[in-house]
Amino acid sequence: MSKELFSQLLYLDCGGLLLSSVLMLWRRQLGALITMLTAQGLLLSCLATLLGTQVGGTELYVVAAGILVLKAGVLPTVLRRVLAESRTARETQPLVNVPASLLSAAVLTLVAYGVSQPLVELDPTPATHAAPVGIAMVLLGFFVLVTRRRALSQVAGFLLLDNGIAATAFLVTAGVPLIVELAVSMDLLLVVLILQVLTARLRAEFGDVDIDELRGLRDR
Amino acid sequence: MTWSIPWSVAGAALQVLLIVAGAPVLVAVMRQVRARLEGRAGAGLAQPWRDLSKQLRKEPIAPDGSTVVFTAAPAVVVSSTLLIAAAAPFVATTSPLDRTADLYAVVSLLLVGSVAVALAGLDTGSAFGGMGSSRTMTVAALAEPTLLVAGFALSVRVGSSNLGSLVEHAQRSPSAILSPAALLAAVALWIVVVAEAGRLPVDNPATHLELTMMHEATILEYAGRDLALMELGSAMRLAILLGLWGNLFLPWGVATAAGPATLALGAVVCVVKIALLGVVLAASEVFMAKWRLFRIPELLAGSFLFGVLAVSSSFFLA
Repeated sequence: MSKELFSQLLYLDCGGLLLSSVLMLWRRQLGALITMLTAQGLLLSCLATLLGTQVGGTELYVVAAGILVLKAGVLPTVLRRVLAESRTARETQPLVNVPASLLSAAVLTLVAYGVSQPLVELDPTPATHAAPVGIAMVLLGFFVLVTRRRALSQVAGFLLLDNGIAATAFLVTAGVPLIVELAVSMDLLLVVLILQVLTARLRAEFGDVDIDELRGLRDR
Repeated sequence: MTWSIPWSVAGAALQVLLIVAGAPVLVAVMRQVRARLEGRAGAGLAQPWRDLSKQLRKEPIAPDGSTVVFTAAPAVVVSSTLLIAAAAPFVATTSPLDRTADLYAVVSLLLVGSVAVALAGLDTGSAFGGMGSSRTMTVAALAEPTLLVAGFALSVRVGSSNLGSLVEHAQRSPSAILSPAALLAAVALWIVVVAEAGRLPVDNPATHLELTMMHEATILEYAGRDLALMELGSAMRLAILLGLWGNLFLPWGVATAAGPATLALGAVVCVVKIALLGVVLAASEVFMAKWRLFRIPELLAGSFLFGVLAVSSSFFLA
């Protein structure tokens, strides 16, 4: 694969990652958030495969397959099961409304580009030039986590944050060791399963999972 | 690349003629496509010109208490649009008004037209005019920065914001159109084209319910010659916006060298491109309903975000 084709495909892939993160701030339907997470899992495994063609060796291909199974298969299935049991299918009344959050996403992306310039200058290769995309995904994941009310949206924000960390790791260091990736994936799966159980218990106890509604004490 | 004066004047005159004569035909084509897709026969390709000639025969009326703002607005809209039609690259990449072909000048001229329409709506003193004006200004306030930012993203690589240079650069290196910056700018500019031309999902051009009107509400009080000029102006703005989008992202066929053959080819390709983009827009409108007003700032904020991402990727991603 030639250098130009590799850079073009890499930048298209990173553009897709950034676009799906932005769409997670835009869409209100919770099902659309899960679709975006699935798309990001696919794009991340494509990213790992692309980097594997440049670096050589089979480790990155195994990591790509693992990411495909976990982030594009298992986690969206678990989240869709949570969504199927919940009453409402859309995010209502986020703390920051949609136009303001889109404009904040623009500011956060510019911050990510500014902050990662010293990182890029350490080793200017095509992959590190796209590192700001990973940092922007981390910041956008924090933003979704902080400004959304529904538990499922907050879980989606947390997963976006983790996707951003994985993307940054791939772009800056050309892959993480297999054992680190396995450990992180195991932690992630445990967290999501615990959150699913917790959400189910919350709904059974209080009848809703709107975090703001859980402020008052209830007498049952 | 500068042409000799007669050829550049010929190119500009050809552009103006095509856009003035062809804009109502473009509106007719879009209405006909919508009609056929909805199972109706449609009114035919000459209907907008028939409407315009009927309106020109009628008496223009101004409401009580309206000032020169109301009567001057149609002239301002049509003249600013004619200036863009003469200056911007539609048939040829250079024109005798080369300084006016700058991106920022074209965006300002578009804004002059929008502001004139909004002020005329306010000047009528009626409730519907005021409502239409406030909605028009909401859309314009969010769409103009997106135009500027997305145009800036395209001009970073070229080093100049002259629209003719942008089209020539895109013709010379077609792979630049597939870069993330150009793709994001294309999406952002398409949303702005839909918003500025008042098409679905931002504004329904065929609505007759006053509470859903945006552009129609501001021209509700016009009659006769003024109404004909306003309708011609909005049709020309649609043709110009589609032509600019087509030439920035599908630049093949625009004349870069002077000569009768290249100008003729440029004219034919320009007409075909604008007609095709109009057909795509009309066909996509069949599947959409007008969005509620509070969702339109979301759409325009999203397109502004795409513009900002286009600028940052053109700076940071080579």
